[in-house]
Amino acid sequence: MSSNSFAYNEQSGGGEATELGQEATSTISPSGAFGLFSSDLKKNEDLKQMLESNKDSAKLDAMKRIVGMIAKGKNASELFPAVVKNVASKNIEIKKLVYVYLVRYAEEQQDLALLSISTFQRALKDPNQLIRASALRVLSSIRVPIIVPIMMLAIKEAAADLSPYVRKNAAHAIQKLYSLDPEQKEMLIEVIEKLLKDKSILVAGSVVMAFEEVCPDRIDLIHKNYRKLCNLLVDVEEWGQVVIIHMLTRYARTQFVSPWREDDGLEDNEKSFYDSDDEQKEKTDKRKKPYTMDPDHRLLIRNTKPLLQSRNAAVVMAVAQLYWHISPKSEAGIISKSLVRLLRSNREVQYIVLQNIATMSIQRKGMFEPYLKSFYVRSTDPTMIKTLKLEILTNLANEANISTLLREFQTYVKSQDKQFAAATIQTIGRCATNISEVTDTCLSGLVCLLSNRDEIVVAESVVVIKKLLQMQPAQHGEIIKHMAKLLDSITVPVARASILWLIGENCERVPKIAPDVLRKMAKSFTSEDDLVKLQILNLGAKLYLTNSKQTKLLTQYILNLGKYDQNYDIRDRTRFIRQLIVPNEKSGALSKYAKKIFLAQKPAPLLESPFKDRDHFQLGTLSHTLNAKAAGYLELSNWPEVAPDPSVRNVEVIDLAKEWTPAGKAKNENPTKKFYSESEEEEDSSDSSSDSGSESGSESGEEDEEGDSSEDSSEDSSSEPESESGHQSDTENRRAAKRNSKTKGKGDSKDGKKENEKSKTSDSSNAESSSVEESSSDSESESESESESESRKVTKEKEKKAKQDRNRLATDASLLDLDDFNPVSTPVALPTPALSPSLIADLEGLNLSTSSSVISVSTPVFVPMKTHVLLHRMSGKGLAAHYSFPRQPCIFGDKMVSVQITLNNTTDKKIENIHIREKKLPIGMQMHVFNPIESLEPEGSITVSMGIDFCDSTQTASFQLCTKDDCFSVNIQPPVGELLLPVAMSEKDFKKEQEFHG
Amino acid sequence: MIHSLFLINSSGDIFLEKHWKSVVSRSVCDYFFEAQERATEAENVPPVIPTPHHYLLSVYRHKIFFVAVIQTEVPPLFVIEFLHRVVDTFQDYFGVCSEPVIKDNVVVVYEVLEEMLDNGFPLATESNILKELIKPPTILRTVVNTITGSTNVGDQLPTGQLSVVPWRRTGVKYTNNEAYFDVVEEIDAIIDKSGSTITAEIQGVIDACVKLTGMPDLTLSFMNPRLLDDVSFHPCVRFKRWESERILSFIPPDGNFRLLSYHVSAQNLVAIPVYVKHNISFRDSTSLGRFEITVGPKQTMGKTIEGVIVTSQMPKGVLNMSLSPSQGTHTFDPVTKMLSWDVGKINPQKLPSLKGTVSLQAGASRPDENPTINLQFKIQQLAISGLNPPLFAKEDWP
Repeated sequence: MSSNSFAYNEQSGGGEATELGQEATSTISPSGAFGLFSSDLKKNEDLKQMLESNKDSAKLDAMKRIVGMIAKGKNASELFPAVVKNVASKNIEIKKLVYVYLVRYAEEQQDLALLSISTFQRALKDPNQLIRASALRVLSSIRVPIIVPIMMLAIKEAAADLSPYVRKNAAHAIQKLYSLDPEQKEMLIEVIEKLLKDKSILVAGSVVMAFEEVCPDRIDLIHKNYRKLCNLLVDVEEWGQVVIIHMLTRYARTQFVSPWREDDGLEDNEKSFYDSDDEQKEKTDKRKKPYTMDPDHRLLIRNTKPLLQSRNAAVVMAVAQLYWHISPKSEAGIISKSLVRLLRSNREVQYIVLQNIATMSIQRKGMFEPYLKSFYVRSTDPTMIKTLKLEILTNLANEANISTLLREFQTYVKSQDKQFAAATIQTIGRCATNISEVTDTCLSGLVCLLSNRDEIVVAESVVVIKKLLQMQPAQHGEIIKHMAKLLDSITVPVARASILWLIGENCERVPKIAPDVLRKMAKSFTSEDDLVKLQILNLGAKLYLTNSKQTKLLTQYILNLGKYDQNYDIRDRTRFIRQLIVPNEKSGALSKYAKKIFLAQKPAPLLESPFKDRDHFQLGTLSHTLNAKAAGYLELSNWPEVAPDPSVRNVEVIDLAKEWTPAGKAKNENPTKKFYSESEEEEDSSDSSSDSGSESGSESGEEDEEGDSSEDSSEDSSSEPESESGHQSDTENRRAAKRNSKTKGKGDSKDGKKENEKSKTSDSSNAESSSVEESSSDSESESESESESESRKVTKEKEKKAKQDRNRLATDASLLDLDDFNPVSTPVALPTPALSPSLIADLEGLNLSTSSSVISVSTPVFVPMKTHVLLHRMSGKGLAAHYSFPRQPCIFGDKMVSVQITLNNTTDKKIENIHIREKKLPIGMQMHVFNPIESLEPEGSITVSMGIDFCDSTQTASFQLCTKDDCFSVNIQPPVGELLLPVAMSEKDFKKEQEFHG
Repeated sequence: MIHSLFLINSSGDIFLEKHWKSVVSRSVCDYFFEAQERATEAENVPPVIPTPHHYLLSVYRHKIFFVAVIQTEVPPLFVIEFLHRVVDTFQDYFGVCSEPVIKDNVVVVYEVLEEMLDNGFPLATESNILKELIKPPTILRTVVNTITGSTNVGDQLPTGQLSVVPWRRTGVKYTNNEAYFDVVEEIDAIIDKSGSTITAEIQGVIDACVKLTGMPDLTLSFMNPRLLDDVSFHPCVRFKRWESERILSFIPPDGNFRLLSYHVSAQNLVAIPVYVKHNISFRDSTSLGRFEITVGPKQTMGKTIEGVIVTSQMPKGVLNMSLSPSQGTHTFDPVTKMLSWDVGKINPQKLPSLKGTVSLQAGASRPDENPTINLQFKIQQLAISGLNPPLFAKEDWP
């Protein structure tokens, strides 16, 4: 390293002087060395004096001049002792400049650099987080191996720092230490593991970077943090986003099964769309194992989508490659628009993006076809951009657009940029071979170009025509004759060689011209290019074999010339040909086959895209751009046949509670909440973290209490249900609701918003029902970034708080929609959150300790009479069905929600055998059907009850309601509120919980 | 990631170097110079150059090459985008980004670069944050600094970086609270010689200058947001809100910034507001050619067309041109064969034209293609895409 750093001391005598300087420092007698700086002596002496003066301004001036020297690449290392003294300066600017100097030269002057270490060690304990951070930054940037243990210690401490900013710097320091001393890898991995659990958006990008650098193969460290990273992604700073997306792409390729199937188009939601259709359904059933995407896989794809609108081209490209590599093929289409937008960016960005598009357009033409015109070449484009655009245009060419493209190409051929014109001709050739309909048109067009005045154009045309003719040699004698004439005028060697080869190949079709051409060539043989000479030899040989009468002598003359040529290749070829074609005693059996050898049918060359073989590199990487493996390139693995256990990504509640308490609650509970907060909150939260930590033990005890009690005390009536745990199931539901609402489209969510507002204004009398409405509408307009882990967190708070919380969650994604979600202070639309049955089951798992029961499930105070249409009488051929939620514990199972269905017969005939069939439920959902009804009298009505386990989600339960003659597809989608169970708890307990959950 | 940065001027001198990791010898730039020689033109230098031990990624702006040296695999756009950000920051700091300015402010440049990257990974790239860390030099500050001995470096370290609004500095105060939004649309079209449009697309940006106290939270809505189907945002804009409601909701950075840029694709028909009549012919027999172009307005909705500049790259065979414009000034560079005509405003009553003769090299054959004409123009107060300016800007801040 150090020899490297000395190499560029281009200043007079610099190199030599440094060495001496170093020698001098090692003996700590710098003054001796300075004598050698005859030219720099005065200046440096002067700087030294300034540095030693008492005045800050003089020091500052000196430091500025020194930094100027560093910037210009001049050597300033001999000032090290003088500079390092100022490391503890009070003046911040001097300090900073000293840091700059230190980082630059410490490696060369290790002994002296050690003098500064104690200053940093002191600063690492500073109460100001920014000073701690900058001390760590400089300390880790000094590349002195002796201090590795000190760095290790500092990093470990900083990784546990309360300030996320310091932790971020610790993540950076990990990479520095690793490059200084790879032996520390194991210890560093421990720190990385710890930092990966960090929930601050500041840290996420940096630690993933460290992960990629130090231990990219330890994919197991990611499992538990996968969902968190996905959810944080939108808010991470742009550079971190790029790194995280690239890492997650690799992760996804190892953990999920391939979404690329033949029947790719059918996605989950589309399947449910087809459910109504009987036949379709049967088909789906027949398919052995329909592909269902892992929800985590879906989460990643969904959460990266908004980043396509980032202003940062690197982020857009990263998302594009993620979609390309891991999303179902039907969904990758959305990236093309964003990539095309990047083409309006700087030339360098264009270059990289076009390269990637070129690779993509080979495999999936359809993606970029609508944007064909965006790839039209502009006269102001640099040549490299032009050729890339041409490449893409060629890839996109098909029968439909080729005529437009050819017209465009005609203009390009006339371009003054001859290199580009030549590339265009090549392109035309490729189009001609790929699309057989236009081969003839292209060929005639190219022949026209043969009379072009520009030689490069003509030469290129000749080469391309040669390739084209080789593919369909039969009927083009005329063109060959025309080209033979060109030999007189054209001088470009490649073109001449091509013509000669072509005549040789077709010598039997142009029997009169070929010998004449050979004659001319024989005359000019000595002055030709090597390439042409070889082809003359070939032509001679071929003619000798087919028309030896006319050309025997000529060929022998040429062979003689070739024998004494300066180029050994030509001499070699001459000997070879002579042995093969001229019969003599020595020649063996081979010469019999000479004709077959020379005039064999040659396969036509394949005109392929130069980007064809790039697809094995991950898109957007340096390796892809260079088409060569760059150092440190990480191969993208193939999809696994069977997905590894997805449960490794589950984050357990207990783990979570323990983890997040010490790190500060506000931030961890909900990172985006910080959006509102000033930086002080950071400090606050970390202050309070200690006591909340002490509580966590007893807290978890209470949680299970709550679970126990809520289970049995369903009849216990109490005034107001107060449990925030409803809020959890709520979030889960919301997540599921989103999946559903996707099919509904965007308009839905807008409606939901309006509804939401309406319900706020509605008066308290219908408070209950409106709150139900609201929560469901919430779930639709909901953003997509709640985390699964969050939904598992058990929190209990007062209603109002719960409401607020929900608002906060709502803002989670859209950051700060306060104007829409102002916390409602009036008790108008109080939701009635409750524990849903399955949540109780969850809570049961939390049994850790025992303490008194504090929570009891209460009966609903109000049951709305609202019914929902299940089957309209018009579509049910007279059978009408309505359903409602009676809000009673379900008798069929404690996880189920009871649903009442009222059936009406509006016909004048009896309806017989009403029953349920063909349940088509999402995974995990269960349904307890009612017993078949034998008959229903005209104008009669009957109410039956059934139980559905919605899995705490608002997923639709679809099934068929059948009568004797008909079957009707119906579905039930529960509003979120109906999935909750009201519970009551004392104020004290509530407060405890509130404290715990912040 | 990024090891080192070299700044190279057009004559091939390395005038600034900065290393974030171990020092990389500047001899690595020799590979770059080789590539530069091969490329003949500056803009044809490949942005990515592999060398035996390093990779050189470069951007070319303001006649300066910014060459980043990297050693391992990294998304090339990551580096390129960062280099552009560096240039933007310099421009923001010094007004212009040129060699003399960088040389004059080398200390500030160095301090800024130090803050932007840590160990080659971007640390602070938001100009709001950077300006808090290192104050940009102004004449006043320079004077004050010399008298009082104070410095450019902020003594208060910025708090913004620690918050979740990393793009905005805290504690902003203005006596006059104001916010300006500027919609700039560029139309980019290729027109064939008969005057029909081959392709046209519109690239628009909304630049903002926001000077508001505290932490304002703004929303902005458009009359016809449907036009904006392909948008990219400043990180401050909330994606979800836009997705669901087509409303821009954001806490703005302080000062100037680009709020969003949009792209209206070629599918929508675009009316080009200008036309060019041309009559350029070369004759084989003589070494003279005729040259005449006229520029006129078309569908401008009553707005004046300003700042018209016509440039055209003449074929190599052209020796000289003797032209007379009806208005404006023109130049012809016999070396690069570049004709440029600064027209100025177009007066619809008296259309500007440029007439004259072209003298060709004696003996050279007639150029087989007419030159391409590039036309630049500006129209104030007109959005070609039909995007109506923001309907209202509601501001909520304490």
